[in-house]
Amino acid sequence: MAVTRRQFMKVTAGGLAGTSLVALGFSPARALAEVRQFKLARTSETRNTCPYCSVGCGIILYGLGDKAKNAHTEIIHVEGDPDHPVNRGTLCPKGASLLDFIHSPNRLKYPEYRGPGETEWKRVSWDFALSRIARLMKDDRDKNFLQKSGDVTVNRWTSVAFLAASASSNESGYMTNKVIRAMGMTALDNQARV
Amino acid sequence: MALMSLDVLQQSASTSTPPQARTTLEVAKLIDISRCIGCKACQSACMEWNDLRDEVGVTEGFYTNPPDLSDQSWTLMRFNEQVIYGRLQWLILKDGCYHCEDPGCLKACPAPGAILQYANGIVDFQQEHCIGCGYCTAGCPFNVPRLSGKDSKVYKCTLCSDRIAVGLEPACVKACPTGAIGFGSKEDMLFQAEHRLVDLVERGFAKAAIYDPKGVGGTHVVLVLPHGDRPEAYGLPANPRVGPVLQAWRSGLARAAGVATMFAVLAAGILHYMRHGPLEVPPEGDQEVKP
Repeated sequence: MAVTRRQFMKVTAGGLAGTSLVALGFSPARALAEVRQFKLARTSETRNTCPYCSVGCGIILYGLGDKAKNAHTEIIHVEGDPDHPVNRGTLCPKGASLLDFIHSPNRLKYPEYRGPGETEWKRVSWDFALSRIARLMKDDRDKNFLQKSGDVTVNRWTSVAFLAASASSNESGYMTNKVIRAMGMTALDNQARV
Repeated sequence: MALMSLDVLQQSASTSTPPQARTTLEVAKLIDISRCIGCKACQSACMEWNDLRDEVGVTEGFYTNPPDLSDQSWTLMRFNEQVIYGRLQWLILKDGCYHCEDPGCLKACPAPGAILQYANGIVDFQQEHCIGCGYCTAGCPFNVPRLSGKDSKVYKCTLCSDRIAVGLEPACVKACPTGAIGFGSKEDMLFQAEHRLVDLVERGFAKAAIYDPKGVGGTHVVLVLPHGDRPEAYGLPANPRVGPVLQAWRSGLARAAGVATMFAVLAAGILHYMRHGPLEVPPEGDQEVKP
């Protein structure tokens, strides 16, 4: 390989400049090893109850940001609440993966309605949903309510059943029972497990 | 190591000694298999905390799901169907890194600082320094580390070093609804395990034992095995140890032999030159070379 005097000078000058820069501290620093940063350091904590079953485990939702006006919060982690008497910090596999439940694209966030013969669900207001349920319940009760069975007063409404939610306290369970029984409904169950 | 939040005890492929003056508490995780119901809350909690999501696979006819540890699944409930004393037993093992006192992965690793052992007993991988050679997967007596296809770096359980560094328990420990997983000082965990053994022997598990294998210097994930005489039934090695080749590869003897070989070759070269002189090439070409 033939090198001209000019080429030799260029290579030498280039090498000298490069090594000088490295010596002056312009080389890329080697990444320092470190334990992964604790990801909940300044998140805001919100206490809640797991929505799955009737055990009702206490959970803590860890939200991005400190709830400042301009910070749009987002739940980044869910963990058992160690101060909750029911679970004392523990969770089942479903509870431990609540984060994906919260962010699931299939999560139901508002009432939806699919009329008779329709194929599509469409979003409706809470007013519409509650009025429609009340209307249908009233119509059915007016039609099928049994006041007497022979001579005995029974006040039964047997054509409709009621399924209540799982994440209910004793108090809300008591209220549910009172309201439903007062209407004469006999079939009442709770979604106590998933 | 200025940014370290946990004190380093030793690091892979490194001759410099990390600062050793402080003495920190040795921690351990106790897995009491007799109390495990196989709910997989630990698996969920691990994935959630470490921001891992394994691929949704297909069932292979076993309750074990996913089928194996991976770069996205650092802990795995293995369900072993075994006949013991003439009865079919469903033995559950919460598999994952056992955080050996004498870690084979760290011994095998040729990348400086890619595998660290902290003074509290955790063996942690530093993916920034990992070169993806996979020696640790061969060096591990428990077959735990997994090479990622995405970035060619090796991942495994960190014992939630990021949680322990701020004084929290690991995510799997916190989630466990039956209390089968415990966390505390190694001393306390062994004490608790001894107590549990007394219970188990009373209940008819005469061979119940603590799994804290001495071949790897003990582990920082200690197990209580109801059938302690048969760790293989759970899928655990009976006598895990760092292999002899690996021991030799990192020993002073191997280094001395390497240096000795280098000098021997040099000496042989000099002797050969003194005896036979330089190589002479005849001017007409390369047909014949005379020494």
